[in-house]
Amino acid sequence: MADTNFDLIVVGGGPGGYVAAIRAAQLKMKVALVEANHLGGICLNWGCIPTKALLRSSEIYHNMQHAKNYGLTAEGIGFDLDAIVKRSRKVSRQLNGGVGHLLKKNKVTVFDGYGKLNGAGKLHVEKDGKGIADLSSKHIILATGARARELPGMEPDGKLIWYYKDALVPDQVPERLLVIGSGAIGIEFASFFHTLGSKTTVVEMVDRIVPAEDAEISAFLLKSLTKDGMEILTSAGVKALKKGKDTVTATLEVGGKSESREFDRVIVAAGIVGNVENLGLEGTKVKVDRSHIVTNEWLQTGEPGVYAIGDVAGAPWLAHKASHEGVLCVEKIAGTKGLHPINPDRIPGCTYCRPQIASVGLTEAQAKDRGLKVKVGRFPFQGNGKAIALGEPEGLIKVLFDDKTGELLGAHMIGAEVTELIQGYGIAMELETTESELMHTVFAHPTLSEMMHESVLDAFGRAVHF
Amino acid sequence: MPIEILMPALSPTMTEGNLASWNVAEGDTISAGDVICEIETDKATMEVEAVDEGVIGKIVVPGGTEAVAVNALIALLLEEGEDASALDGYTPSAGGAAPAAVAEAAPTATAPAPVAAPAAAVSGSRVFASPLARRIAADKGLDLSTVTGSGPRGRIVKRDVEAMSSGAKPGAQSKIAQRDVPNNMLSLLTSLKATASDEVSAEDLYTVIPHSNMRKIIAKRLTESARDVPHFNLTVDVEIDKLLAMRKDLNARENADYKISVNDFIVKATAYALTQVPACNVSYTDDAIVQFNRVDMAIAVAIEGGLITPIVQDAANKGLAKLSKEIKELAGKARDGKLMPEEFQGGTFTISNLGMFGVKGFNSIINPPQGGILSVGAGEQRAVVKDGALAIATVVTLTLAVDHRCIDGATAAAFIKELKAVVENPVALML
Repeated sequence: MADTNFDLIVVGGGPGGYVAAIRAAQLKMKVALVEANHLGGICLNWGCIPTKALLRSSEIYHNMQHAKNYGLTAEGIGFDLDAIVKRSRKVSRQLNGGVGHLLKKNKVTVFDGYGKLNGAGKLHVEKDGKGIADLSSKHIILATGARARELPGMEPDGKLIWYYKDALVPDQVPERLLVIGSGAIGIEFASFFHTLGSKTTVVEMVDRIVPAEDAEISAFLLKSLTKDGMEILTSAGVKALKKGKDTVTATLEVGGKSESREFDRVIVAAGIVGNVENLGLEGTKVKVDRSHIVTNEWLQTGEPGVYAIGDVAGAPWLAHKASHEGVLCVEKIAGTKGLHPINPDRIPGCTYCRPQIASVGLTEAQAKDRGLKVKVGRFPFQGNGKAIALGEPEGLIKVLFDDKTGELLGAHMIGAEVTELIQGYGIAMELETTESELMHTVFAHPTLSEMMHESVLDAFGRAVHF
Repeated sequence: MPIEILMPALSPTMTEGNLASWNVAEGDTISAGDVICEIETDKATMEVEAVDEGVIGKIVVPGGTEAVAVNALIALLLEEGEDASALDGYTPSAGGAAPAAVAEAAPTATAPAPVAAPAAAVSGSRVFASPLARRIAADKGLDLSTVTGSGPRGRIVKRDVEAMSSGAKPGAQSKIAQRDVPNNMLSLLTSLKATASDEVSAEDLYTVIPHSNMRKIIAKRLTESARDVPHFNLTVDVEIDKLLAMRKDLNARENADYKISVNDFIVKATAYALTQVPACNVSYTDDAIVQFNRVDMAIAVAIEGGLITPIVQDAANKGLAKLSKEIKELAGKARDGKLMPEEFQGGTFTISNLGMFGVKGFNSIINPPQGGILSVGAGEQRAVVKDGALAIATVVTLTLAVDHRCIDGATAAAFIKELKAVVENPVALML
């Protein structure tokens, strides 16, 4: 019989779980990973990665449509949705295999099934209703992730009403598309389908889109998407969806007035709930609050020896936050010296709509809520040579400094390739630079990153190129 | 015989340090010059290189151990041909006790710093701190060399200076209570415990107050001064009736936005006297006597948990009103812990005044590398003999302590004579 006693068991093989498992193996622990579906989790199979593959296709399509702006001719431009989706799935498959290989290389034992706590230090693993293993370990990390929140009366049917999984393998580019929710997931799908030709309507409950971002970025994106012909309804709701044969009639509520509108497909992207069911949490001291497991700053739950990381442990629902928590949690278990809890003000976030959005740290409103006096710097893409040369003059980089200490409090970007720029500020924040070091840093020319420099200079009234 | 690897001393004064991390593991083959581990003191982290070659047989003190005594055994190196069995039953010859249990912890060697680190003091090794931490420390007047870093490799980051400025040093209390009770104290505590009874527990009989960094620095610097600097004292009584009258007139002036104290006069008079006898405004160094062309007067201010000496720069060339205001401001900042480093580092001469406590006269210990310190007692009415008759005068006792290596008796006497003359006839300050 196979060995069932481990130094660490990780339940869930997403970017939180598999990274935790590999880190533990590096620290010479004997590790088991329990995963029922796909190694790599939602991120790699049904989230971050396949959507990036889709969006790359729509981006190239967009560029081809605008080829003449660059002196190129492209005729008969079209697309094959099946092939686009196929490519996206292939990308996921490739990376999924890569995770399997990494786990094998690190001698992590993978169990294909669902894990359920079964008394102190014990985990029961099931597959198709049958028990396949009973494992034991002093340390069990729950990394079961999260799923889309289902709205009552708007459950996904895979045909007319799509959730993210359906939207990733669409059978058509709907003529008229309704997207409910303007967070990162909703706005990325809206961007993808809109670029491919859907007449897209986005409905957002609060008064601005991408509500987690700085208000200025929300406003910039709203203007940009509206100019592109997308319909954005803020402070709006969807009261009901009525399914017809091949269309959906939505009752929208905008500005206190109800109106009926017909759509071909609906994407629901209205938040996330943690996967806390069937984990055997009943009877343990693990606390669950609004579908998420409550942990302390070291990812420990109320139950000794049980930990939770990633989406199941709460916002922000980001793969890199999950991975980082996984590493921290494991190192804490291993007694590594010099650890510090994750500083939530230094977790970057990226949204791959067109234009892209990237941010790290506090928004201007959050900084003001904390009673901080801030210095704000801004620099527009129009003032940057590389942006003009790329034909991407639309965008903005905004930075916030603490007026008193010169601490970089936050950075907010919108425009081409900003998702690749944000880490520069992330490093600056982690190293605790002030405006002075950023000003002294030589930024290469010609690059988009020069705007990061100029934005810092602007916060102190010294921007050169604008 | 395995080769013993001992805790190295990174500086001549180092008595213990933290073994931050091992760069090698048991079983690793090393050669001379390889970096084997990192040692940190309160100021710096340094890499330790291997002197011998061989295989690491056993790591005795694990990485992350604090307060490892110098010369304690930290690892054993197997020589060529030896295997792990050579470690069996091995008894260390050096260092004695297992280093992890450093009950005999000697006082931590603390770097020179904030208590009036004087101008000529040689600054220590580089302090690793984030730019933000440096700026916050500068804003709050914190000396980074007194801050313990919690960032990577002991780097000082924002949270460390914030913890320092809010006075919170998590974990410090219990740690120090356990290990910083020196041996000679242990016998005292043991005898105290012997007197404990059912009603009075041993813990009620004493309280262990952990050293603040300031306390460590005061202890170190003043011990060095008392041990290494040949002090001698000169005492004079000076009459201050004229000074008091002048003070009254000045303070009673219409629209006076100042209130000059007796001490302000004495600061001014001392600064003036030092310009007259510059041979007393000096520092001794091994190669030369440094004579300062400006009087930067350090003024001892008692603050919670110790003292600090803010500096009035160029005191001789400042008017009484300005001097008075500056001293008041500096003393206030000192008590609030808001002095900037440049406001308490440097200084060419010190004045300490305990007159407000009614102390008649006292001797002070010189704050090196300064050459002198003046102790000021209380102003009081005393019977004096004038022209062969008893009279009443207000008298202050001034005691000068000087470093004999750079100031001789006659020079010191010339200075204190000048000082007495100007305090007794303060009109000279007009010159």
